[in-house]
Amino acid sequence: MTLSLTDIVSISDFSRKDIDFVLDEAARMEKLPDSKKNELLKDKVVASLFFEPSTRTRLSFETAIQSLGGSVVGFADAKVSSTKKGESLSDTIRVVGGYADIIVMRHWIEGAAKRAAEVSDKPIVNGGDGANQHPTQTLLDLYTIKKRFGKISGLNIGLLGDLKYGRTVHSLMYALAKFENVNVFLIAPESLKMPQNIINDVKDKIAIKETEKVEEFLPELDVLYATRIQKERFVDEFEYEQIKNVYILGKDLLKHAKKGFKIMHPLPRVNEIKQELDSTDAALYFEQSENGVPVRQALLNMLKDVKK
Amino acid sequence: MKQDDVRLVPISNGTVLDHLPPGSALRIIKILGLDKVETAVTLAMHTESASMKIKDLVFIEGKELSEEEISKVGLIAAGATLNLIKDGVVKKKAQIGMPNHADGLIKCMNSKCITKIEGLPSKFSISKDPLKAKCRYCEKEMNESEIFKVIK
Repeated sequence: MTLSLTDIVSISDFSRKDIDFVLDEAARMEKLPDSKKNELLKDKVVASLFFEPSTRTRLSFETAIQSLGGSVVGFADAKVSSTKKGESLSDTIRVVGGYADIIVMRHWIEGAAKRAAEVSDKPIVNGGDGANQHPTQTLLDLYTIKKRFGKISGLNIGLLGDLKYGRTVHSLMYALAKFENVNVFLIAPESLKMPQNIINDVKDKIAIKETEKVEEFLPELDVLYATRIQKERFVDEFEYEQIKNVYILGKDLLKHAKKGFKIMHPLPRVNEIKQELDSTDAALYFEQSENGVPVRQALLNMLKDVKK
Repeated sequence: MKQDDVRLVPISNGTVLDHLPPGSALRIIKILGLDKVETAVTLAMHTESASMKIKDLVFIEGKELSEEEISKVGLIAAGATLNLIKDGVVKKKAQIGMPNHADGLIKCMNSKCITKIEGLPSKFSISKDPLKAKCRYCEKEMNESEIFKVIK
């Protein structure tokens, strides 16, 4: 099987078959001995263009590239690129495409990765384009669930916190809608509820329940996916102050959770998950972050010979 | 002759847009730039219609609409009838459908969209019932009233 995509721009481009293939390949990457793995991108150059800084995502991609034996060129901040001199994105991408076999990019402009994919004859991997898409995050979220539970279909998944602006939970909703019998529990204060248009888009495919109280459906949940309430989203600081501590998860939560219950978080966290949970079996968020590497290895390996 | 056909008389050569939703004629005039042309443009609003009860019509003397212009009309008045008139006779009659795409017809409202920042031609996918336009770059969706604000 091959991936039906030549670029990784948006999770909405992925069919269920594509998602399954990526998750299977990520699992294969984890089992592959280093001696075989570091041959996969041998003699390949991968550009890592971070027009917007994101240390976590960049290090995960660059670790994936180097562990497959590939070389990395690029920049960690647009201040050191010619974008600073006013060069258009298209020109930067075309020039870099002359050096690299694959281009990984993160940009604050929404739609930047889609544009890059149009002008580049080399595969583009979107490492985040503003508030729009971050498909490798969604894939690593799915991979983490699959790896831990052996399946995604049929699970009860709670999404908690800022469901209004949170990019990761929006993409995850669309991705979960590609699986069977997933029950999603949306847990958010009134002002940060999941946008109705997203609910409308997926409600025929996943069962949705909404609440403001984390305790309400807790005993049913297999996974609780927590998100940070972001200060920069609030115009009114008073409103933020009132809402910022609405959900703080601690060990007491686990008393009412079912066996095998897991907590995920895209990280960074502020105070929404207490450190006392880190050493419990429920904490899946650090493993989730590590899972970014095999997922990105799988994608890079699939894209290395793509002809556009 | 049916009542609806009587309304097609005012021009001898050009285009008649019939069965427009009531109240849409002024918007059609604006988006097609018909307020700036030198040829005769006549509009009728809230006229009786056998099929729609009330409807608007626009008569444009000496002009055939381009594919792009027809798509624009389709965005705000899908189901309308396009009549091409030659020497006072209806030469072609077609129903205008909702376009699947609206590339270049509307602008993205998102100030952080690449099309805004780099001045690129827009690309939109259109879905119906309810009408929505999704930017194929930043993936932001616009509803009907938002689309009407950004139609070029």
